[in-house]
Amino acid sequence: MLDLEHISKTFAPGTINERKALVNVSLHLEDGDFATIVGTNGAGKSTLFNAITGAFDVDEGKIVLGGEDITFKKEYVRSRVIGHLFQDPLMGTAPHMSIEENLSLAYLRASGSKIRLFSTISKKDRDFFREHLSLLQMDLENRMNSPVGLLSGGQRQALTLLMATMVTPKILLLDEHTAALDPATADKVLELTKSIVSERNITCLMITHNMHQALELGNRTLMMNGGRIILDISGEERRKETVQSLLERFKIEAGKELDNDRILLS
Amino acid sequence: MSSIIITSFELGAIYALVALALFISFSLLNIADLSTDGCFTLGCAVGALVTISGSPLLALPAAMAAGVISGLVTAVLQTKLGVQSILAGIIVNTGLYTINFMVMGRKSNLNVVKKDTIFTLFDGISNAEWFHKGSKLIIMLIIALLICAALNWFLNTTLGLSIRATGDNENMVKASSINPNFTIMVGLCVSGSLTALAGALIAQYQKSADINFGTGQVTIALASLMIGQTLIRKGGILKKTIGVVMGSCLYRLIVAIALRFNLPAEALKLTSAIIVTIAISAPYVKSRIAVHKRQLEVRRNA
Repeated sequence: MLDLEHISKTFAPGTINERKALVNVSLHLEDGDFATIVGTNGAGKSTLFNAITGAFDVDEGKIVLGGEDITFKKEYVRSRVIGHLFQDPLMGTAPHMSIEENLSLAYLRASGSKIRLFSTISKKDRDFFREHLSLLQMDLENRMNSPVGLLSGGQRQALTLLMATMVTPKILLLDEHTAALDPATADKVLELTKSIVSERNITCLMITHNMHQALELGNRTLMMNGGRIILDISGEERRKETVQSLLERFKIEAGKELDNDRILLS
Repeated sequence: MSSIIITSFELGAIYALVALALFISFSLLNIADLSTDGCFTLGCAVGALVTISGSPLLALPAAMAAGVISGLVTAVLQTKLGVQSILAGIIVNTGLYTINFMVMGRKSNLNVVKKDTIFTLFDGISNAEWFHKGSKLIIMLIIALLICAALNWFLNTTLGLSIRATGDNENMVKASSINPNFTIMVGLCVSGSLTALAGALIAQYQKSADINFGTGQVTIALASLMIGQTLIRKGGILKKTIGVVMGSCLYRLIVAIALRFNLPAEALKLTSAIIVTIAISAPYVKSRIAVHKRQLEVRRNA
């Protein structure tokens, strides 16, 4: 589904602030792969996601998604087939617009290139949105006209997840999307993520700082350090790993401890 | 007194269109578009020119078209050429000064006396005494409310929602496969067309166009917008836009009353500046006063 071929990105090249964010990264994801990513601070995890979404253009390499070369496609064009969730639950929704209006904008991705510019939200759309919202079990289906800014962080993140997956994306990028939520809400959003991803067999990359999640969720674990993917395990090899053995392998590969200041070991 | 109210509401309804233009660019798109002054004069000049040629009705869409072009240039500067939005407005505003001169045939003012305007056309419908007194206000209120209704429709369409979302959360717009550069462009074009329409209406209303008619419009429109947003805080687009029209009328009334106290005409701009400051800072000052009150209370109880 996703093919990254030797992509590199250097920020502020030639200056004192030069930083090699991605160094010759190659990655192949099969249809329905669900890979978790762990790594140190500044390892390039979020940068990797931003390269895929097109927030910046890569310096070298090629990005192929679903058989289509998207290396030079604009960000808003790629977003038609990419879902992206951030740690900050405020990033994915427009606070001064209603739940219904937010959903209708997300639903535009379904219309492909034939966006009807002057259509308004129909009753059919409303019923469709209500049906989707009820899946969240947060009673949002009865507050469709409330501004999104009035919702809690967890509700907004759940809504963002719904918006990102309402039209099934080719790939879903989750950037520590439960890290800013309280434990109970985080669990709920995570459960929701698991059920949506497995139900529709969505190819998914998820950054986490929870080592248990990194091993339990999905079918692959990637470790990043210094802009490189230093470890990529799956199948039987992955099943045998424990949090401790994984940390040791990181130390061997990276030549240092996994020093993420928010890492959760238990 | 009643004539003061009628006159201020007439002017209020016309200038409300500029405030509505800022409602789109400033409140919805979150862009400080400073091309307003030049764009208003452009509408004035084009409107006057077409009216003089004998087509008062055609003058309005002609001015709007000119406004669209002005908005388009501002938008291209910021979306395609990477000019900061506030600078883009200033640049266009500066350039328009020359353009406006050229449109008016290298004169600093045009005279529209003894020509048909939409006001004289509408006034001719009836001969009743009351109608002559109020016809200008009636036609202007009709136009202003029609524009409110049109904006209410437009801003709830897919395109309108995208424009609103662009100012609210640009990332979310990109994630919804909409090009924010496109929505900014459309928004500024609509905004420009409304500003220029107001200019053309003023040219017909005052029966003249002057190169300086636009000076300070952005401040005045901002004041009207702020008053309108204070008057109506909640509700949909229709309620908010009507609030802006009310704000503009109220602003004109305040100015008219201020001028009644024998203030010299040149005091108008300073009065506007003060009203804008009060309208914008009032909510903040109010919250500070509340905090101080609590501090005093706590200290007294200690």
